[in-house]
Amino acid sequence: MSQPLLKVENLTKLFPVSKGFLRTPTDFIHAVDGINFEIQPGESLGLVGESGCGKSTTGRMLVKLMEASSGHVLMSDKTHTDDLIDIANIPNDQMKRFRRRVQMIFQDPYESMNPRRTVFETVSEPLTVQNIGSLKEREERVSEMLRLVGLAPPDAFLFRYPHELSGGQRQRVAIARALVLDPSFVVADEPTSMLDVSIRISIMDLMLKLADEFDVSYLYITHDLAVARYMCDRIAVMYLGKIVEIGDTEEILGNPQHPYTKALLSAVPVPDPSFKREEVEILGGITKAINPPSECRFIERCPWAKDVCRTSDHPPLEDKGDGHYVACHLVESALTSA
Amino acid sequence: MTDLGQRAPEPDLEANAEAVESQEIAKAQSLWQIRWALLRRSFRNNWKLFRRNRIGIAGLVIIGFFATLAIAPSIFFATGFWSTSVYDPVTGLEPNPPSQQLEIVQTVTDPNTQIDIRQVLVDGRINGNIGDVIDVTLQPAPPYGKHWLGTDPLGRDILSQLMYGAKAAFGLGILAATVTVLIGTVVGSVAAFYGGKIDAFLMRLADLLIMVPGLAILIVISAVVRFQLWHLAVVIGILSGFGGVAIVLKSQALAVKVKPFVDAARVAGGSNARLIVAHIIPNVMPLSFLYMMFTVTSAIQSEATLSFIGLLNVDMSWGLMIQLANNQGYLLQGGRYWWMVFPAGLAVTFIAMAFFLVGRAMDEVVNPRLRKR
Ligand SMILES: Nc1ncnc2c1ncn2[C@@H]1O[C@H](COP(=O)(O)OP(=O)(O)OP(=O)(O)O)[C@@H](O)[C@H]1O
Ligand code: SF4
Ligand SMILES: [Mg+2]
Repeated sequence: MSQPLLKVENLTKLFPVSKGFLRTPTDFIHAVDGINFEIQPGESLGLVGESGCGKSTTGRMLVKLMEASSGHVLMSDKTHTDDLIDIANIPNDQMKRFRRRVQMIFQDPYESMNPRRTVFETVSEPLTVQNIGSLKEREERVSEMLRLVGLAPPDAFLFRYPHELSGGQRQRVAIARALVLDPSFVVADEPTSMLDVSIRISIMDLMLKLADEFDVSYLYITHDLAVARYMCDRIAVMYLGKIVEIGDTEEILGNPQHPYTKALLSAVPVPDPSFKREEVEILGGITKAINPPSECRFIERCPWAKDVCRTSDHPPLEDKGDGHYVACHLVESALTSA
Repeated sequence: MTDLGQRAPEPDLEANAEAVESQEIAKAQSLWQIRWALLRRSFRNNWKLFRRNRIGIAGLVIIGFFATLAIAPSIFFATGFWSTSVYDPVTGLEPNPPSQQLEIVQTVTDPNTQIDIRQVLVDGRINGNIGDVIDVTLQPAPPYGKHWLGTDPLGRDILSQLMYGAKAAFGLGILAATVTVLIGTVVGSVAAFYGGKIDAFLMRLADLLIMVPGLAILIVISAVVRFQLWHLAVVIGILSGFGGVAIVLKSQALAVKVKPFVDAARVAGGSNARLIVAHIIPNVMPLSFLYMMFTVTSAIQSEATLSFIGLLNVDMSWGLMIQLANNQGYLLQGGRYWWMVFPAGLAVTFIAMAFFLVGRAMDEVVNPRLRKR
């Protein structure tokens, strides 16, 4: 494999469960629990899972909005050597440079723009804080970005406030802001889930087009496998802080191995991005991993669970061929016995 | 996708103004011109909301009235309509006070002091006899042509004092409110943004300032140092800014801090200072303007109280006018000397009320906007 753009190693985030004033917490939510994956340059990875499984937490750690509890996020550093650098060790004076390469698009278009700043101020902010260009140059750059995201003519939008834009237009502004620094990696946290069904597909198309033009990789977070299929080259399925299956999009959708992935897929009978899936209820269900036991995270809901699952630890992600990784004790036997 | 904002239909005039502004924005050469046009637009939109509120308009009218009063003396003195020697609120003196003709009807001797009361009142004319008609100078003089609100016991013009008091009240109120807003916004935003120890430290200080009774503190301080009006403004500004206002603005800032646009700015590389100044403060500012109004109210009331107790070192103010009337025994005379008491008393009441009303009306403009979306 070539040098990845981004490599995540045993990334973990624990949130202490508040036990009252001034008491040392003993309970932790294992929001993200030792996950591993890689993203190649120009490739997009879909992170799929139900609400609360730790998708946003993962994304926020990748852009350093949150410190990891343990584990590493390694990024290639184009300007220096081919070495990967740990983003936790980036010295303060180089943070700004890191910020140029990694951006984020947020879920809620109504909250992701400062209501007191115009479109121009919002989109030019990254340029301003990075000290790029003169005012005139910034104006030109912002206009160009607005045109690229389909807000034309730019003059009609530059000096509008967020409340004068529709949800779709705001999300276009957010995309322009994320790409104005020409980053190589963008975390997109459910960018279309709060939009009107009728405009989702146009925003998704726009993001695909721009990914090409800007040569940018997305970590595309969604709870909708159909959306992930539309947007991504590879898909990682997450369950309560663990990645349970990861592989090429068509492989995951055409040949799912993990019982959870299968359940997700059966809940999406047609690949229709506008379809809003009910929460998967396989067997009962816990929604938070507070001090989870060491065995398979999925065991309480798994229809296949056997003795081996109860007696061994959470299964590691294992390569089942062609970069298709699955974390389940029974998958091999399930394959062979089938 | 095609709905470009949701502008409600508006009356022609405003639509026109908006169109003109849009053109201005399109034609504007510099960013500053655009900002100015945008500022005017947002001001007009807020004004539209405010205008619907009768109470707020009433408050504005009252404030406007007192503002006129505050400006008037400078004009009167400059144009020579008033001469300083007569109308100066502190050093002025009416040279020819009006007098009243009284006839001596009987002599009364105070049983305690054995002083002939009539003699004293008759201003040294000890030899008056029953039946004599004498001139008695009226000081304090009731309102008459030359002094519309009469004079005080020293022959100074009450209207002039009232106007001077309005000026003092505005200066005091505005300075106190500005200090309040500056301190309240910065302390609240910083505490919310950094959290942890900084937050704990600032909030304990705030608790302390809330717990101490403001007036008592003012009295203690003014007993130690001779208090000027602007000292008072700063102290009131600190007390209310660091106390209640900081706490309210902090909770507001906490809500703003977790908004994705703050995260977006951080991801773009914005420093903490930038996040606070460009994103958090502008979003808590409207609420702080509200508290500005309430601070003006409490500042003016405190001034009146402190002056009345005689703890404020001030040339002239409404509080001082009432204090003078009281010290010299004119206050409790059943309204006989009403012109020395009512104008100042009503002025304090009305202006404090006016700022409060404007604050309430602003509340309705500001708060739905924060809750909306
Ligand atoms: N700041 C926080 N403090 C405490 N717990 C948190 C915090 N952020 C997230 N969590 C918890 O961590 C878990 C994972 O949250 P996360 O937001 O990453 O889920 P998600 O997969 O993005 O869900 P959704 O699809 O609803 O956005 C949840 O149980 C959540 O309650
Ligand atoms: S390891 Fe066992 S419990 Fe876990 S998913 Fe596989 S079969 Fe189910
Ligand atoms: Mg999320």
